[in-house]
Amino acid sequence: MSKFTGPVYVVRDNIDTDQIIPAQFLNLVPTIAEEYEKLGSYALNGLPNALYPVRFVKDGAMDTEFPIVIAGRNFGCGSSREHAPIALGAANCECVVAESFARIYFRNCIATGEVYPIECPERLCDIFKTGDLAEVDIDAGTIRHVATGKVYSLKPLGEVRPVIDAGGIFDYARKNGMMPKAA
Amino acid sequence: MTLTEKLLARAAGKASVQAGDNIWVNADVLMTHDVCGPGTIGVFKREFGKTAKVWDRNRVVIIPDHYIFTADSLSNRNVDILRDFAREQGLPYFYDVIDDPSGAWKFDAAKGNLKRQFGSNYAGVCHAALPAKGHTRPGEVLFGTDSHTCMAGAFNEFATGIGNTDAGFVMGTGKLLIKVPETMRFRLEGKLQPGVMAKDIILHIIGEIGFDGATYRAMQFDGSGIATLSMDDRMTIANMAIEAGGKNGIFPFDARTAEYVNARTGLNGTKQSYEPVEADADQKFVYETVVDLSKLEPTVACHPDPGQRKTAKELSHLKLDRAYVGSCTGGKTSDFVEFARVLRGKKVVIDTFGVPATPDIVRDLQSTRWGHQTIWQILEEAGVRMTENAGCAACLGGPVDTFGRMNQGGLKCISATNRNFPGRMGSKESEVYLASPATVAASALTGRVTDPREYVGN
Repeated sequence: MSKFTGPVYVVRDNIDTDQIIPAQFLNLVPTIAEEYEKLGSYALNGLPNALYPVRFVKDGAMDTEFPIVIAGRNFGCGSSREHAPIALGAANCECVVAESFARIYFRNCIATGEVYPIECPERLCDIFKTGDLAEVDIDAGTIRHVATGKVYSLKPLGEVRPVIDAGGIFDYARKNGMMPKAA
Repeated sequence: MTLTEKLLARAAGKASVQAGDNIWVNADVLMTHDVCGPGTIGVFKREFGKTAKVWDRNRVVIIPDHYIFTADSLSNRNVDILRDFAREQGLPYFYDVIDDPSGAWKFDAAKGNLKRQFGSNYAGVCHAALPAKGHTRPGEVLFGTDSHTCMAGAFNEFATGIGNTDAGFVMGTGKLLIKVPETMRFRLEGKLQPGVMAKDIILHIIGEIGFDGATYRAMQFDGSGIATLSMDDRMTIANMAIEAGGKNGIFPFDARTAEYVNARTGLNGTKQSYEPVEADADQKFVYETVVDLSKLEPTVACHPDPGQRKTAKELSHLKLDRAYVGSCTGGKTSDFVEFARVLRGKKVVIDTFGVPATPDIVRDLQSTRWGHQTIWQILEEAGVRMTENAGCAACLGGPVDTFGRMNQGGLKCISATNRNFPGRMGSKESEVYLASPATVAASALTGRVTDPREYVGN
């Protein structure tokens, strides 16, 4: 997949892993199918209600209606919990476009292949509002604000793109003969 | 090369590496716990097969510590998943909560939170347990499924947090592809004043460079001031490298490191030999600064992130509802000693919780006497709710019945832990202020943020 279209969900700087998936839900094990799905229902559940009155996943829903998250600086800081990119992926979020990412979160996105972590030099969280329609084109390296028609450049994903395309490091390693086929 | 570059070059079997290189390194130890272990095991089995064996059973260390003393059945089940795996793989270093290897763990809420409910092998918070049980050695590479794995950088090793998928890969192969980080140097000079602690050093530094000031980078702490810092102090500092976004924090090796490590490795059958690394004279840094320890003041990181630095004095108007001492970074014996030094003979005026990081620390506090009382008794008499159930507890909120968790919105807690993003200790409408155990103690006595030097004297 290289193009995603849909409404965006906008968050500010420094959204840590507790806000992406609150610690109380870490009793769910991502490799158990029904617990994986449940993690999706809690994605971004830790955002304070007063600052984020529109919820990323509606109460009672399992998936989000926002395939694209737009964030400021340092998205995914805090813990190394892989539940964070997994919760977003399990909620059917496709990509996070942020000014910058925290290191472990970025790496976990790649390792799991759950969501594309894409950096944008522009501070899109000041430009987009939650619910605005956007088109992300990974091949072209752009994000378009549909209502205004404005197009913003994304930083290239470079060597991490084929890993996410393949579905994570293990699938990538198998596809490229670095590991034997399925165990 | 810097300490980190040198360590990684060695682990990759290369003569030299430079920042930005992507290299395969050999892991010396892989650590996981009850929150990320079941998922890591799931990835390992999915990818390597149901009958696969870990790459080296002596190098996989499993330490349940996060959601242990809770009646939450999924959390109890997760400890059982670890036990099944340890038994199946014959892992010698599984620090189980219970003694029966074929039993099941169930927390008994009726017995309350304060009295010990664990067996003889339980080790407590993984980052404090790893060095105490002899799993940290200078010159090695440690990967852990927890962001505060960087704490072991205190022992002159490369230690960093990774996700379940990467950990599943390490479990099967003993290797990981990593990028060599650029190094930032923090040269510590001089000596801390009384009432100022290691926590103040790292809160000062994070305030200086910002909550993402070390993203993708190594933080190297060196300089003549290091000699004045105990291993506990160094652990407190290295622990919070991640709070500035750092990949790892690292200290040079010295006689104190050797003394600590030599006294603990081998006790448990762990490997005793090690080879420390020394930085080269021509090491290159992407950033360099000098921190004069003698000028530092008691420091607080305000809600909502660890970079919101203020001095304790500046915040003396701020009213608090709660105080908390515990966690990997703030629940060590030395932390409780400073906590008790301030509280001795006085009474706290707000709800105050104490959670030692490990059972060994509980024992230290219950056996060390100051006059006719133990440190534990001094703290209890001051009104601190001390639990024997050592673990991560409310540092990261956890299940709703977790000891010390802030289940109500609107509460403000001053805490010797390491993270204060919204919702970190429970309700997402609560606030956490990070400070040293001495500052937490002084603040618990007044009910507002208080500079501990008012109590310990200058």
